[in-house]
Parts: sequence; structure tokens; C-alpha cells
Amino acid sequence: MTLLRVEATGGLVLVQDLGRPGRAHLGVAPSGALDRGALALANRLVGNPDGVAGLEVVLGGLRLAPDRDLWFAVTGAWGSVRVAGREVGPYRAARVRAGEAVELGSAERGLRYLVAVRGGIDEPMVLGSRSRDTLAGIGPEPVGPGRVLAVGREPAASVPLLDDDAAYPPPGGPVALALLPGPRADWVTDAALAALHESRWRVSASADRVGARLEGPTLERRVPGELVSEPTVAGAIQVTGAGVPTVLLADRPVTGGYPVVAIVDPGSLDLLAQVRPGQEVRFRHA
Amino acid sequence: MTGREPRLLPSGRSAILVECVGLDEVLALHDALAADPPEGVVELVPAARTLLVAVDPDVLALESAAGWVRRAARDGPPADGRATRDGRADPTGEASTDDVVIEVDYRGEDLAGLADHLGVSPEHLVARHVAARWRVAFIGFAPGFGYLVADDWPFDVPRLDVARTRVPPGAVGVAGAFSGAYPRESPGGWRLIGSTGVALWDPLADPPALLVPGRGVRFREARA
Repeated sequence: MTLLRVEATGGLVLVQDLGRPGRAHLGVAPSGALDRGALALANRLVGNPDGVAGLEVVLGGLRLAPDRDLWFAVTGAWGSVRVAGREVGPYRAARVRAGEAVELGSAERGLRYLVAVRGGIDEPMVLGSRSRDTLAGIGPEPVGPGRVLAVGREPAASVPLLDDDAAYPPPGGPVALALLPGPRADWVTDAALAALHESRWRVSASADRVGARLEGPTLERRVPGELVSEPTVAGAIQVTGAGVPTVLLADRPVTGGYPVVAIVDPGSLDLLAQVRPGQEVRFRHA
Repeated sequence: MTGREPRLLPSGRSAILVECVGLDEVLALHDALAADPPEGVVELVPAARTLLVAVDPDVLALESAAGWVRRAARDGPPADGRATRDGRADPTGEASTDDVVIEVDYRGEDLAGLADHLGVSPEHLVARHVAARWRVAFIGFAPGFGYLVADDWPFDVPRLDVARTRVPPGAVGVAGAFSGAYPRESPGGWRLIGSTGVALWDPLADPPALLVPGRGVRFREARA
């Protein structure tokens, strides 16, 4: 069995697969990689099935050393990927020899790298998934320096021969996200709903896997107070009593008492996962 | 059922949020839906006044799901229907009809004060808690934290003015019209009347929660 030693970390490093959907009725959020497309792509680049567990790495600073030769790929955020000091680049399969180290530099674009290794990260499954739920504390512990991760068995598929066409680095400028109607759109004023769609927003520095607070104009509530808690979905934009919108993400509480006035289209959530604090976001009708 | 149509509210590409008049209507609709879910229903998530119907839209279109929900709300559960007890679409229809029995040591910190507030003796409060036929209405607040309701529980209990920062796992509490037991250590504002050693939450089990929506629950006083 191949072992992967974590020699250094910078930002938060978590084991993530495609999560544990269908358990909200037990109080368990789906969790899973925030940029699901990036995880699936990284897996495909090394011949894994889409949903095999990899590492979600915020901003970089990770150094990994396997004890045997190992194929890997880094997607999601765009930045320097080095093997034994030489640049191999993101968004492509590369091979690291036993005793060499893979190093992720600071992301130039995007926020979250997704690292796939051939065979996947083989941490114990909890409730059908290897994803770390940061809010509920379910799944593999956050990955720190000194941690040794097991790599799973090699998949049957070979490492595909690809050129660089798979590379779509996240945008560095304003990001446009598609919005669907929410169940409680009538809890804010018409002007607030228009402002949601027409304003320039910035993602708050407090954004995490639970939710991303948006900084911009105050969205005036038509109905004050809170709802009796109701079930939430990924991408739900809840508005607090003070008129502040937050997009709920993979590790969200499965019920919430703030009205959900709109929902980020599932097709836009991967983009949102790569938006850095302070980066501009705009919304359009899906 | 009530004759009052539930409101179907948009909740993205793969879910409908159904707003009911109250918790009784949510429970009845949950039973009706869980009795015979069509293929493509991912899960039913009940809450106090709403119920989320999550589907795989590639298998069951949202419009079809909406039609199913409206029919179920109108017709109620089939006469011979048995709701699945874990709230999950279960094509086999197999479900445990046995109530969960939870043994409680009724020496909770708030028991005496709460009994005094309600104008009854602690013994009476415990007797009513043991006698009531509880049911898991929904999970809220934390993974595996079931909100239990009972038609024969007469009390409306105010939450603590200041929530405890740390409630131990197994603490049994009451708040509003609900009772519940803390599956893991957490903060909490419910009045604690006892504690149980029953495993309420085991992430390595499936389902991980002992108390799942729809399940019947009885409390029994543990004798020292």
C-alpha cells in the first residue's frame, strides 16, 4: 500500500470526495468537495472514478511525499505545482517518484486546489463518504504536517493520455453566478431583490465551507424576524434580519431560520468555490 | 387530510419546499409521501412547518414531484400504507414498527425548577414524560438531534434565558412542546430533566441516528 506523507501545509487541507447526500433528514449535511467539477477532473486525469477522495487545499503551501512512485493531478485553483523542485504545472497528470516531494505554490487564480492521487485517498468512510464536514465534525480529521495518508488500490483504467485541453483556470476578475428563485423571495422588498441581481458583491473574508457571506448593499426585509427553521439546499441565499446575504454551502446546517430569497444555480457553485475573499461577484437570472 | 392545500415553494433544481399549516400537517404529509415514494425521490426532510422533497431531477422531474406531493396532500396515506421509519424513500416498505425505548435517569439539573414553574411536582412531570407517546417529528439543531412531539404531553416549556455552553451527550431535555436528547456534547438552551446512556448517535452505523423522523419513542425511568 502506498503511503503519502504530509510534510507541510499552508491553508486548510481536507479530505473530500463527492460527499454524503440524502441524509439531511438525519441532520447530516452533504459536505463534499466545494468545487465538484475540479475533483472529478483531477480524478479523471489520473484514471480514477470521478468521486474518489482527494485533498481540498486552500491557497497552497502543501508538500506531499509518497513512499512509492505515484501519479497525481492538481486542479481547481491555478498555481505552481512542482515535483522535486521542477515545475510540472496544474491540470495535468504527473508522476512523483518515491522519496521526491510534490509542492503546491500559492494559488494565482482561484482559492481551492483539488489534488487527486491515482487510487484515491483511502481514509475511513463515515456515512458513506470520506468527506470532512467542518461544521458537524464528521469524517477524516483536517490534514496537518506529519500526517500519513493511505492511498487506495490502483483503478483498472490507465492514466489517460491528454494534452492541456482540460485546463480552465478560474477567472481572476468579476465572477457571474446564475440565480434561481428562492422559497422566501417575498420576505425581502422588491427593491432588495432587484439589488441582489444588479449590485456588485464581494465575498467576505469569513467565507468558508459552511457559507459565503456577501458584502454589498443591505437587502431590506419586508418581513421582520425569523422563520421557524426550514430545510436548506446548497446555494441557498439566506438574508439575516440586518439584511446581509449569505450563500449556504456544502457543510451548511441542514435547517435554518433565515429566509432564503434566492438560490445559486448548482451549475455556478463550482465557480463560487474558487472566488477569493474580496473578489467581485455578480448575479444573473438562471 | 386538512383540506387545506400546502404551498409548494421553489427550492432549486432538485427540491421542492412544501409549506404546511403546522407540524401535524407536516407529519401527515410525511407519512403519506414516505408510504409510496416514486423512483427519483432522494429524501424527505421534515421540519416544524415545512417539508423538503429532494429528488434526482434526471429521474423524477420537479413538475412530476409537485403533482405527487399535491395528490398525497389531498388523499393522505393509503389505508394499508406503512411509512418508512427512517424518512428515506424505501422501495421495500420494510420498517420497524417498534418504538424506541429510552431509559432515563430523571435527575436533571432543571427538573425541580421546571416542575415548580409549571406548578406540578417533579414526580408528576416525570410521570407525564414517561406516559407520553412520543414521536420524532424532525431532526434539527445538530446531527441526530430529534425533536419529539406527543399529543399527550401537555406542557409548554420556556427555553433557558441563557443557553448552556456545554450540555453533555445523553442529556434529556424539554423545550416548547418538544422533548429531545443531546446526541453529542454541544451548547443548548433546553431544560434538562434527565440523562440517558443510550447511544443516540453513531456515525459508523447506518442510520447513524437512533431517533429518525417518524419513529415512535417511549421514555422509561431507569431504576438505580
